[in-house]
This record gives sequence, C-alpha cells and structure tokens, in this order.
Amino acid sequence: MEVFTQQLINGVTLGAVYGLIAIGYTMVFGIIGMVNFAHGDVFMISAFVALIVFLAVTTLAGLSGGVVFLALLLALIVSMVITSLYSWTIERVAYRKLRGSFRLAPLISAIGMSILLMNFVQVAQGARNKPIPPVMRDTITLFERNGFAVAISYKQIMIIVVTAILLGIFWYVVQKTPLGRAQRACEQDPKMAALLGIPVDRTISITFIMGAALAAVAGTMFLTYYGVVVFSDGFTPGVKAFTAAVLGGIGSLPGAVLGGLLIGLIETFWSAYFSIDYKDVAAFSILAIVLIFMPQGLLGKPEVEKV
Amino acid sequence: MSDPANTSGPNYAQITRDSAFAALIAFGLFVLMLGFKADQSLNNQLVLVFRPELLAATVALVFVGRFLIGYWHATRREKTAKKSKAASPFMLKAEKYGLPLAIGFLVAYPIFILATVGPSGAIKWIDNFGIQILIYIMLGWGLNIVVGLAGLLDLGYVAFYAVGAYSYALFATSEPIKDFMAQLIGEGFWQAWAFWICLPVAGILAAFWGIMLGFPVLRLRGDYLAIVTLAFGEIIRLVLINWVAFSNGYAGISSIPRPSFFGIPFNATDEGFAARFGLEFSPIYRTIFLFYVILALALITAAVSMRLRRLPVGRAWEALREDEIACRSLGINTVNTKLTAFAIGAMFGGFAGAFFASRQGFISPESFVFLESAQILAIVVLGGMGSLLGVVIASILLVGGVEILRELDFLKAVFGDNFDPAQYRMLIFGACMVLMMLWKPRGLISVREPSVFLKEKKAVSADLVKEGHG
Repeated sequence: MEVFTQQLINGVTLGAVYGLIAIGYTMVFGIIGMVNFAHGDVFMISAFVALIVFLAVTTLAGLSGGVVFLALLLALIVSMVITSLYSWTIERVAYRKLRGSFRLAPLISAIGMSILLMNFVQVAQGARNKPIPPVMRDTITLFERNGFAVAISYKQIMIIVVTAILLGIFWYVVQKTPLGRAQRACEQDPKMAALLGIPVDRTISITFIMGAALAAVAGTMFLTYYGVVVFSDGFTPGVKAFTAAVLGGIGSLPGAVLGGLLIGLIETFWSAYFSIDYKDVAAFSILAIVLIFMPQGLLGKPEVEKV
Repeated sequence: MSDPANTSGPNYAQITRDSAFAALIAFGLFVLMLGFKADQSLNNQLVLVFRPELLAATVALVFVGRFLIGYWHATRREKTAKKSKAASPFMLKAEKYGLPLAIGFLVAYPIFILATVGPSGAIKWIDNFGIQILIYIMLGWGLNIVVGLAGLLDLGYVAFYAVGAYSYALFATSEPIKDFMAQLIGEGFWQAWAFWICLPVAGILAAFWGIMLGFPVLRLRGDYLAIVTLAFGEIIRLVLINWVAFSNGYAGISSIPRPSFFGIPFNATDEGFAARFGLEFSPIYRTIFLFYVILALALITAAVSMRLRRLPVGRAWEALREDEIACRSLGINTVNTKLTAFAIGAMFGGFAGAFFASRQGFISPESFVFLESAQILAIVVLGGMGSLLGVVIASILLVGGVEILRELDFLKAVFGDNFDPAQYRMLIFGACMVLMMLWKPRGLISVREPSVFLKEKKAVSADLVKEGHG
C-alpha cells in the first residue's frame, strides 16, 4: 500500500509531463493531420533553454531559496517564448509548403527536422549530460507505516499544480475564445474556414506555438525533476507522449492528458513491480496494442473511411 | 520603382526587409542556444560560456542566406511560371539507360579505385564508400518493396536488418550449433562455409519476423502504420539491449566469422586465398570480395523487385498503394498482398543484416537505432518512391556525402584545428532531408515507366497520381 501510494504520486508527476507534450502532438495532428515528429526535440530544446536561463540567473545571484524560485520562474517564461519561436519557425520553414502535398512528405520533413534539432543541440551544447545543482529537495511526508515513509516533494507538487493551472487556461482558450473557435473550425474543414474569413495559416501557426509553449512547460519541469538533460532526451519522451496522445484518442485534448497520466502511471508501476529495464518496451508495446485494437483511442472519435 | 508589380528587377527593399526579419528570428532562436554554452568546469559544475562571435556570425549568415534566396526567387519567378507539369522524356530515358550504366560503373569501381589510388589507399574508398553505400542501396531497394511498391510506410525496417545480423552472428558463434554442424558436415567445412549457410537462414528468419510484425498491423495505414512499425523496431532493439543472456546486451557479439571465398578463407596461411591464387597476402582481397558480395546481393534485390512488379503480386502491391478499398472490391486478397510485401522486404533486410555482421565482425544494438530506419526511409523517399535508380542516387548523395565530410581536412585550415567536419554530418543530413522534401516532395526521380500501357509507353508524372508514382 505504501509503495503503491508512492508510485501513484511519482506516476502522476511523470504523467503530467507526458500529458503536456502529448497536447502538442494531438493539436497538430487534429488540425493538419500530420505527426509532428520534431515535437519531442522541441521539448528537449525547451529543457536546454530553461537550463541556460537557470544557470545564468543562479551564477549572477547565487543559489539561495528565493533566487532558485525566481530562476525557475524566469526559466519557464523564457523557455516558453523561445520554444514557441522554434516551433513557429519549424512550421513556417519545414511544414507549411508541404501542406497538401503527398502524405509522406511532411512526415519525412518532420523526421529530418528532428534529426536536425537533435544534432544542432549536440553541436552547439556538447554531447555530455548537463546536470544542474539539485533544487527544491524538501519533501512532505504524507504518512509513515512499516518504516516506509510516503513522501511528496515540493517539485512534484509544483509540477502537478502548474500543469493543472496551465491545462485550465489552455482549455479556456480552446473552448471559449474566438481563437479556439477558429482552431476548431480549421480542424473540421480548413477550406470552409478559409472561405469564412478565418486566417488558416495564422491559426495553424498559433496551434504550433501553443503546443510548443506547453512542451516548454514540460521541458522545464523535466529539468527540475530529473536535474539533468542531454541532447538525445527528445526521442523517448517524444514517442511516449505520442503514445499518450494515441491512447487518449488523437485529436482529443482531454484524451491527451488522460493518455499522458495513464502512460506515466503504467511506466512507474511497471518499473516498480516488474522490471525497470523493460519500461520502455512496455510503453512501446502499449502504443502498438492500442493502435492495433483501438485506433480511435479512449476518447477519440472513430475515423470514418470515405471513398 | 514605386509599384513593385511593374518593375522588372528584384524589389531590393522588400528582400532586405525579409532578410532583416529572418535575421531577427534567427537571433531569437540562437541567442541562448548558440550565444551561450553550458560547459562543465573542472569541478564538474556547469558554467556558462558566452560566445558572441558565433552568434553574430550565425545571424549574419542567416541574413545573407535569406537575401540570396529572396534575390534568386525574384529573378527566377518568370521562368518557373512557364514550367510545365508534364513529365519530361529525359527522366524516362534516365530510368531506362541509367540503371545499366550505374551497374556497369559499380562492377568496374574496385578495379578503377585500385588503379588510381593503389592498394594501400584503396581499402578506405572501397570499404567506406563502396560497401557502405551498397549496403544502403540494398536496404533501400528492400524497403522500396514495402514502401515504394506496396505503399506500406515502415519506420522500423532496421528491425529486420537487426534480425538478419543477429541471426548470422548468433548462429556463427554458437558452440552447440558448431558441434552439431561439425558432426553433420564436418568442422572445417562449417567454418569455411558458415556465412553461405547462414545467409539464407538469416533471410528466412527476417522474412518470418516480417510476417509476425506485419500480421498485427494489417488494418493500419499511413502515419499510424509508421508509428507502430517504429515501436516494433524500438522494441526489438530494447530487447536486444536488455536480454543479455541472449544477445550479450550493449557489449554486443564480437569475433563473428568473416565470409570465405566459397570455402577458401582470406588469411595469410598456405590455405588462404592469396596463397592459393599465387598472390601476395593483403587485406584488400577480402574487401574487394565483400564489395562484390554486397553488389551481387543488391543486384539480386533489384532484379527480384523488378520482376515482381510484373507479376500479379507486384501489380496487386501497386494497386494496394493507390487505393486499398478499390483493391479489395476487385477481389484482391489484401492480407496476403501486404504480408508478402512485408516478408519479401524483410527478407532482403535480413540478407543485408547478415552481410553487415560478417563485414564488421562485431555487432551491438547501437547499430540498429531508429536513425538507421529513418535514413533508409529517407533514401527511398528522396530517391522517388518505387524508383530503383532514385535509391542509388539518394544513397550516393546521403551516405556518400556524409562519408565525404570525414575527408574534408582542408576545412581545418579555415576554421582552426578543433574543427571536425564529421561532427556536423548528421546535422547536415537532417537539413538535407528537410530541404529535399521542400524542393522535390516526390523525390529525385518522380517519373517511372508504367508497367501496364495501352499501345505505347508514356512517362507518368508523379503529379498525376495519388501515392507513389506510376
């Protein structure tokens, strides 16, 4: 029971990170029907941007408690801005021209972009692991039984709270604002939306920006939680987040969050109770099984095949 | 100059504005990622290094690049407007005469290199360029059956390559199999012929895995199929890493027997190749032999896929690629059609894997990462799906181009001694993939001879068909 509760807390934290990345996949897939393969690497870049901002602030002002908090906040904001810029540029340069081209072209372009980003970071920042000094190490002990203390750290609380707040804001934007309405219109029928005066190109750009901003939140959280980032960190979380998006039903926003939580939980419980070596195998197997038996996911609409 | 539409020259003000905007964006992108570097200090803590020159140089480069692109676009606009969409007969000819020419060149390649560079320098050119490129050509042709002909997007092709490589490596190094074979056919015979006996076995096993992995994904298509095959590829790699008792994990399998010249080993003994044929011993003979082995394997792949295209199963693949529903309503068994495509494509991947294992003498899961799959798929798509010649050109450009980067030592004179061009190869590779897609989304050779025609053959432009081409 104690181990179970502890793993539940860890799993939800991890799931929050996956859910935030998964939203970027699901929105882009919903609106232009492509798998944005470079999204995982955009997430990795956001962690690097956060790392650099964090280092800059802490080298200037030391590592005391208030400064760390400020540094993290600043890292989060700067990372969101710069990552959005990356995502906007990627869409503008590598995907826009290929919209409406034959179906493999955007995917290949996205894979190329993913390789490009990964190696750009490797060349620009070096191939070694980048550890930051441990921050927010304090934990709250929830209860203690049989000598096993179930604890939740401030980091985990922060991740869960920030994720919840951002998801709330995000849900409001998509459901209640003219921008969100334009996005949903483009998702249903881009040609008709364009005829009705919705700027389709701009709406798609904004979708990429929103996805990237949420990925940047995930990246900053990832950096604070694990305290280390390396240039190849985009691939596996990226594929797992995509799995989350598919599991929840691709195109569905609550589905992405639900899928993220499920993948996070499955991964932590698998590591705790079965084998930590095979945790990625578990995630990939879930992806395959879900796509084969339930391609529409948990909350997605079944795809109608038209001739 | 007040009305840009009426002026014939490029609108410099507009181009400059665009370039300035691009430079501004580049500044935003690179100010943190290039302007600073998080570097380890001596006591293993991260410190920031500020690199303003690099940042300024990059932003300037983006400005100049964007300016040139804008200028080029402005001057080229009128010409491109007239370009017709129809396929040029030249491309059809290139497909027809290019292939025999390319094969002729490949057969003569080692001799040509030996004659020009001499035996000592030739190993590098035959091994790094010739064999390396040919392995990718073979993989490209194998994947072409799955992706180019049957239209099944496979992002996990490297799994079959790995199955082939590990089957050969495990069979050839396993003691029980050696004992069994020694009783059956004699130990010396097994040692001499291991590669040739295991090669078909590796192909069959890979084909079997092709069917096993193909079966569950029969209902999927497009991007979903791509992602599931990616997942399968990763699962196989992760199992190879973690199942240490089976595959020796990260450490990999070493001392894999090298292929023999049909029973005659390439070594310095009296029984070796050089001694038997009265030549002086040199490692170059093995390299040249390996070159011809992979060339033969690749040509078999090409021949088989060309012949298959004309058989009912090949036509069924192409029909499946164009329209699965129409295909099914015409009574084609899509299950069998897809599975044969997966199995045959995987089989050639397995052959290539077995060859790879015997050429390297050492394999580990590191050789079978997702990047390899992406690279093979990129070769097929960049070449033009379904085009055999396209695969050759794309392999030479991508694999050969990346290898060439290692040779560019003169760049050190320009950028200083710390400059290592090889470190940029995957960066350039990724950029090439994006640029090629933007420039020619249908691939380099997007025209192909139709396999069925009325009265006369006409080239079919890729712009006229939905998937692939032809």
